[in-house]
Amino acid sequence: MPDTAYAVAAIGVAAAVTWVLRALPFAALAPLRASSTVQYLSARMPAGVMIILVVYCLHDLPVTEARAAAPLVALATTIGLHLWRRNALLSILGGTTVHVVLAGTLFSH
Amino acid sequence: MRIRPVAVVVPPQPTRAPSDVLVALRDSASVGLGFVPLGLAFGALCVHSGLDWWWAGLSAALAFGGSFEFLLIGLVVAAAPLASIALAAFMVNVRHVFYALSFPLHRISGRLGRTYSTFALCDEAYALASGEQARSWSGRRILRVQFLLHLYWAGSATAGALLGSLIPAGVTGLDFALTALFTVLALDAVHDLRGDLPTPLLALLSALAARLLVPGQMLPAAFALFTAGLLIRHLTRSGKPSHA
Repeated sequence: MPDTAYAVAAIGVAAAVTWVLRALPFAALAPLRASSTVQYLSARMPAGVMIILVVYCLHDLPVTEARAAAPLVALATTIGLHLWRRNALLSILGGTTVHVVLAGTLFSH
Repeated sequence: MRIRPVAVVVPPQPTRAPSDVLVALRDSASVGLGFVPLGLAFGALCVHSGLDWWWAGLSAALAFGGSFEFLLIGLVVAAAPLASIALAAFMVNVRHVFYALSFPLHRISGRLGRTYSTFALCDEAYALASGEQARSWSGRRILRVQFLLHLYWAGSATAGALLGSLIPAGVTGLDFALTALFTVLALDAVHDLRGDLPTPLLALLSALAARLLVPGQMLPAAFALFTAGLLIRHLTRSGKPSHA
């Protein structure tokens, strides 16, 4: 059990760094908002950022082992459900359920 | 900027509009569904790692950055120096710098509202408020959604920590909710691009290249590569006469 003061200080440091990263760029970028380059970037950033985050979530996937099949099947389920019904709740719930079932049974280790 | 064609005739106004709270609940429901199992898992992991239940709630409320908080558990348990924690927080969260390019902070009025909005600007809040469906959202509506996301995360983390000992260790794989959430957000955002396939392809290649070349700093490297690629594409195409 780590020292309480240290554990709280760790949260404080993490919160401060995170907030500065979220707030400061607005001040720095405000004058650039009208530029066509920034508008070009901002229209395309959301899609790119989310794709990068998906790859990041899967970045330690053991691609050479059989248990990599669980997240891949779950990912395919999520994508398939979402293209079919476009219902975010259904897609997330369906993909996660498939993952929990596969990781707990067929591909448990 | 594209404007969605108005294809639907506006129905007669109902006698009462849905309440603001209901609208915000609906706006935030999809992300909430990803947050709750993940927050429960985070809280449970905290107490299983030997941290107090309140630490999970405090971290969720103040640091409010899911992926880094999971990392923070390990750092705190290992008693890492505060400077290392600051550096790790910087590297994992530096991606938020890019969100200032398209998050509609200008729609939020008041110093307090703006301050809170930047504080609670997690990936999911960015995805919801920067997406096409949010183009008509007022600042108040964005703030309500951000507050609800914050509440889902802090609440489920605290609940997970309190119930931690009750959740059987055999249930694994709930963490996939985060992957599923980003997948859904990515599909919706790609749909909004309407056939602009080079953008998702560039993002995918940037992510894979960063994963292979600098696995330790994958996120900032991928965002930098993607932004550089978009800039090159924009600058080389803007010289041609036929640009949109």
